[in-house]
This record gives sequence, structure tokens and C-alpha cells, in this order.
Amino acid sequence: MSEEILRVQGISKSFAGVQALNHVDLTINRGEIACLVGENGSGKSTFIKIICGVYTPDEGEIFLNGRRYKQLRPIDSIHEGVQVIFQDFSLFPNLTVAENIALNQQVAQGRRFVNWREVNAIARQALERINVSIPLDVTVSELSVANKQLVAISRAMLQNARLIIMDEPTTALTHREVEALYKVVRGLQAQGISVLFVSHKLNEVQALAERVIIFRNGMKVIDTPAQEMTQEKIAYYMTGHDIAESRYEYQAKDAPIALEVSNLSRKGAFSDVSFRLRAGEIVGVTGLLGSGRTELALALFGAQPAESGTISLGGQTVSIRSIQDAVRHGIGYVPEDRLTEGLFLEQSIANNIVVRIMKSFAGRGGLIDSVRKAAEASNWVQHLSIKTRNPQLPVKSLSGGNQQRVVIAKWLASLPRVLILNGPTVGVDVGSKEEIHTIIKELAQQGLAILVISDDIPELFQICNRILLMQRGRLVNEFETQAIDEATLADHLLETVNQGQ
Amino acid sequence: MATLAQDKPKSWLSDLSLDGTIIRLFIIVAALFAIFSLARPDAFPTVRNLQSMAFQSAEIGILALAVALAMLTGGIDLSINSTANLTAVLAALLLTNFKDTAPELAVVGAFLIALVIGPLCGAFNGFLVAHVGIPPILATLGTMTLFKGIGTVITKGAAIFAIPQFAFIGNGDILGIPIPFIIFLVVAALVGMMMSRTRYGFEVYLLGTNPLAARFSGINNRSVLMRTYITSGLLSALAGLISLGRTNAARVDFGESYVLLTIMICVLGGINPAGGAGRMVGVVLALVALQLLSTGMNMVLFTSSGANFFKEAAWGATLLLVLVVELISARWKQRSRRKLKSEG
Repeated sequence: MSEEILRVQGISKSFAGVQALNHVDLTINRGEIACLVGENGSGKSTFIKIICGVYTPDEGEIFLNGRRYKQLRPIDSIHEGVQVIFQDFSLFPNLTVAENIALNQQVAQGRRFVNWREVNAIARQALERINVSIPLDVTVSELSVANKQLVAISRAMLQNARLIIMDEPTTALTHREVEALYKVVRGLQAQGISVLFVSHKLNEVQALAERVIIFRNGMKVIDTPAQEMTQEKIAYYMTGHDIAESRYEYQAKDAPIALEVSNLSRKGAFSDVSFRLRAGEIVGVTGLLGSGRTELALALFGAQPAESGTISLGGQTVSIRSIQDAVRHGIGYVPEDRLTEGLFLEQSIANNIVVRIMKSFAGRGGLIDSVRKAAEASNWVQHLSIKTRNPQLPVKSLSGGNQQRVVIAKWLASLPRVLILNGPTVGVDVGSKEEIHTIIKELAQQGLAILVISDDIPELFQICNRILLMQRGRLVNEFETQAIDEATLADHLLETVNQGQ
Repeated sequence: MATLAQDKPKSWLSDLSLDGTIIRLFIIVAALFAIFSLARPDAFPTVRNLQSMAFQSAEIGILALAVALAMLTGGIDLSINSTANLTAVLAALLLTNFKDTAPELAVVGAFLIALVIGPLCGAFNGFLVAHVGIPPILATLGTMTLFKGIGTVITKGAAIFAIPQFAFIGNGDILGIPIPFIIFLVVAALVGMMMSRTRYGFEVYLLGTNPLAARFSGINNRSVLMRTYITSGLLSALAGLISLGRTNAARVDFGESYVLLTIMICVLGGINPAGGAGRMVGVVLALVALQLLSTGMNMVLFTSSGANFFKEAAWGATLLLVLVVELISARWKQRSRRKLKSEG
């Protein structure tokens, strides 16, 4: 039963000089569950977008059900039975479950009037096919994430799906919901539907996949039956090296405390959080989506201030009610979403770097000394090796990794005491990721106190000397990275989820 | 590799340095001047005509600068003309009340009124936009009507006359150069300097580019917006005084077409309506271009300098033409860049 659903040959795609995919060959057979694994920036999402016709590859060929497509359009992809369940599920939150499942089909049939009895019947059948029951008349916005996902899957089934691609489907699911999803996926397989499960979680890969495909740096590095893989091997192929080698060695154990947080709470976000951060430390904060890790960072940065508890910097209790308060006290924040929160895309690289220190260039009558401004920007461009031929070019001309360095430079220029990095290497290619890690470690060695918020466990192990684990708004555990390994932390993460049930 | 001009650190002259938009506008201004001078050598390139054009454009120019400021933050200020008229009405009331007792003092008082009313109106706009969070186009649409309404209540719709001692600000000249135009040039230079050379101006451009990133970079968005709308109000009030001096009367419905006209000047001058890009030099050049166009068309098509029938059609056509040219050149640039990449 090795009928090919999908075959791609020699697919390449680059964006603005960054090679996102580099001559990838891949085949998916009927009724197969394959897992596509790779770090952020490894080319997974580019690959998905090519398969569903959103991006046109620069080179290479795509075959769907044996038919060759030179220019694959989204509509071709749908006709060939390719369905992608994106992380946001693309549902209409204001419509009911039945409407979401069935309306698409009614529209596709070119109906002018909606037959409501038919809508409900279609929706019920679709849910039965994946063997789940969700009330049909509930609006989708009221459903849990897991149920939204099931709605999206059953909608995909109605489009005569032959290959369902799930983009990081378990990111926001609890352990039990993940198990339920596995069951649904195996059910799909029994009906002859192929599933490409995209993930970067190692344990999932082992639990579900028959085949493991690993991307790194835009290339397929391995494609093998799942039983031949171990978690260590997967991690090795994902990153291209053994992770344990490059851990951060925190030396000055009695350095002064840079940041101390006691009993910090904000309703609906986190409660009773206390920890200390010494100069030169890199402390990771992790937890699942909704654990309060980002909210904690935003509270320390004053964007969503805490409602109770105290924050001390260098031994002095400070009040952080706004971002202005935070920056005045020397707290910097590299945000999660670089493009919308971190950068002024159309502005020059130089302008992006000097935002925080414009005051220092003001001379007589408040006029800015442009020569000194340009010189300072050039310094940072050199210092963080930002690859550009001219700092006056817009920052959007840079690759993801270099853009992230610009955001880091912006904060470093203002000489912060504490730097909070939220997802420091999201969307950054692997080579750049390493270099950003090196920059972070060097900064800590020079005495900066660094807090890294991330759900990328390998990353936390590479750069942190301590990891705090958050769950449901509380700090539940703390580990010295020297003392444990990745698998143990992953177990703890899952354990907290199970306890939460 | 060829070194770019941008490689050099920018000097203070960068305020006047050239980019595509500015060069295009220069060419338009020069071409219009040449064409109309050839068509009407007797009337167009004369001192009298230049003076008359300078008199006509000053108020609109100052109002255009006010709108440009708001546009750079990604907003807009529709209340400029109402602010100007309200200021003119209050100043005229003061002038007529004291015209016999203390006319000189009343002239000073008129300026003080402008200094208070303009920023006050602007602060109200700023409050609505920055603190209440109403979209600028709606907030200033509301205040536009409100300010005009207040003026109507005060005047009951009638015109209020100024006094001869006040006429110099609208009709006077120094060495043949109209005083309103001198005021406009000084204001344009100051505003231009403020936008390109101060921290405030820098923050306006960043806020206009991406307000969220501005917030996350520690810029106090609210304060930047407040300052912008207050400045816009101050400039509007100044324009109100000039029109009061020039026409010797204040009416609440004076110059209602100015609002859309100033937006047009800004866009023509290269101010990005979405915020974050554009320069004051461009606004000045766009103003000059439109003034040349309307006066020139008028002279060519009607030998008498009477009603300006063709003015609006010509302005609209120019705006569309410039926008189309800009779009085409942007596409062309993109295409050649892509070509370069595929070859490289």
C-alpha cells in the first residue's frame, strides 16, 4: 500500500537572500503518519506553504497523487486533497460549530440559500467520522483549543482530504487532549488518510510517528522509520551538534542580586511569583502556553504591571507601573514578536538601534548631533556583527537573525542592568541562533543579569544556568541546568500538566 | 562596490538633502514656472505676480504644516481650520472692543489669544486621541464641528471685523516680501528642524512607523501625540491670525475647503498618510507647485485675473499624476532590484 500522495523533488526557496529551503526531496504515502521535525527557522513552515500552494518554489517539482504541478495554486492543492490545520485553525469564532464545519461546503457548491437542516446533518456526520462529539450549536469562540482543533479537522475531512498537515498541533493542548488528538490521528490513518505532523517536541514524535523527517537549515537531514530514532538522535539531527557541550557556565556564584521579585501577582496572569536573579546569571523561565511566562515578563517590563508584590533592582525596591518606569530603572525587554513589537521595519538600522539613547545626542538647543548618532549606530553594527553594507538601509532589509541583533543592540546601547529576552531566537536560522546564544552568554559574563523566556527546551539548556518552571501562573519548580538533563525537564513539564488535570 | 552617499555621516545639511520625492517636486516647480513664464511672459514672471502668489499661499502653507505633523504620527487633524477661525473670531472681538482705547495693546492681546487658544484646542484633540483613544480622523472631525459651533455661538454667524493696526500681519511686506510669507518660511524652517533634528521629531517618525514598537522601546506615545496636536493647534491659530489680518474680518466658515486642500498638499509633498515618512521641505515645495499651477492656469486660460475656475481641476489632476508617477517608479525600482538579485 505504498501509493504516493505527495512527492516533491529538489525544492528550493529563498527569501531576501535567506535560503529557507535547499533542494528538499520528500515523499508521503497513503495512510502514513509522518512527523516533520525541525527547529524554528529550519524551513518547516515554508515547506508547508509550498505544499498548499501559497509559495511558489524557486526550483523543484511537486507531484500530488501522481500529477505534476509546475505552478501549484492553493485551489489545486485543495482539489488534490491537501488540507492544512494551521495553529490558529482559521475558524470563524462568531459562528457555531455546525456552521464552521459545513458552511464552507455549501459555499463551495455555489448555493445561494443555506439549507440549515443539511448543515446540521453534514456537521454531525463529519464529527462522527473522527469519532468525537461536540455540541453543534455552540459558537466556536466558546470551545476549548482542543475542540476548536477537532472542528478544524472535521472541516478538513469534508473537503475530501487525503493528506492532512498539522502545524504544531499540540502547542496549546493539555496532556490528555494530546492523547485524544493522537487517537483521532490514528483514526484518520485507518481511513487511509495520510497525516504530516509538524512539531518540534521530541516526545510527540516518538509517541505518534511511523516515520521521522528532520529539517535543519532548510535541508532535509534525515528521513527514517521512527523506531530507529531516539530522542537524543532527533535532538542531534535538529541542532547539528550535541547540546550538552555548549552549556553556560555560571562562575560568580556570589555576585550581587540584580533583580529580586517577591510575591508578584497579577489577576488572571500569574500569582505569588518570587525569585532572584544575580548579576551574570542567565535564568530561563519556561512553561506551556498560558502558564504566565510572557505575562510575568510583561509585568517586569511595566507593559502589564503587577498588581501586588515587590520588585527590587540592585537591592532597592522600585515601583514599575509603566514601560517608562522599567526603562528608567534599567530593565530592557526583547519582545516575543520582533516584527510588530520590536522593530520599526521601514526605518533605518541606525534609527532602530539608537531609539533608547537619542537623549545623549542632544546638544545645544536640543538639536541632535547626527554625526555622533551615526557613529554610535555603526559601533553597535560592528559590535554585534550585524550583516549589512550600510546602517542607513531599512531594517526590513535584514534577515531574521540580524533583525534580532538590532533589537538586542537597541537595549544594550541603553546599558541596562537586567535584560529580559522573550523567545530570543524565534524565526532565526540555526547559524544565527548559535551566534545570538554566544552574544547572550558574553553579555552575562560581563555582568548583565538576563532572563530568558522560552518554550524551546534545548535552547534553555544551551544558555541558562538555572531554569524556572511555571504552570498556571505559578512558579512550580526550579532547576540548575548542571543538575538535570533535557528529558528530565520535559518530564517535569508533562508532570505539571498531568497534575493540572 | 560603489559607495553610497548615505555612507557618510549626515551633517546638519541633511535637513535639505535630496531624495526622490524632493527632486521630483523641484522638477515640477521649475517646469511649471518655466511653462507659465513662456506662456505669459508679460504677467507671470513679474514681481507683482510673485508677491501676490506669496500672499495667497502663506496661510494654507502653515495649515498644511499643521496637518503634516499629525499625519507623521499616523493621524490627521481635521480641526485646523476651525481652530484658525475660532482664534480669529476671538482675536477680532478683542481688537474691536479695544480699537478706540488701546489698539496697540489689543494687537499684542490678539497674539496672546492665539498662543492660548491654539494649544488649548490642540491639547483637546491630543487628549481625545492619546488618552481616550478615539481614532484621530473621528476625534478631529468631532472637534472640527465643535470648535466651529463655539465660534458660531459667539458670533451668531456674523463676520467680525479687525482693525487697521492689525492689517500688517496679513498685508504688510518687508523689502517687498510679504510678511505672511516670511512667517510661513520661518515656521516651516523651525518645524522642519524640529522634525529632523530633535529627539521629539525622531520619536514622531518612530511612533508613526510602528506605535507598538515605539511603546515597547520606552517611547512615551501619549506625550508625543499630545505635543504633536498642541503644535498643530498652535500653527492653526497662527494661520487664523494671518487670515484675520489679510481679510480684515473673521468668520466661522472662512476657508472651509482648506482642510482637504492641506491634506492634498501634504500627500503631494510626500508625507505618508499612514505615518512615519515624509519631510517638511516636500510640503513647502508641494505648496509652491500648487500655487504656481493655479495662478498660471488662471493667466493662461483667462486673460483677466478673475475667478479661479480651473484651479481645483488642475490641483486634483496634479495630485493624481504625482501619485501615479510615484507608484510606477516604486514598482520599477522593485523590479530592477529583483532583476539584480536573480542575476547576482
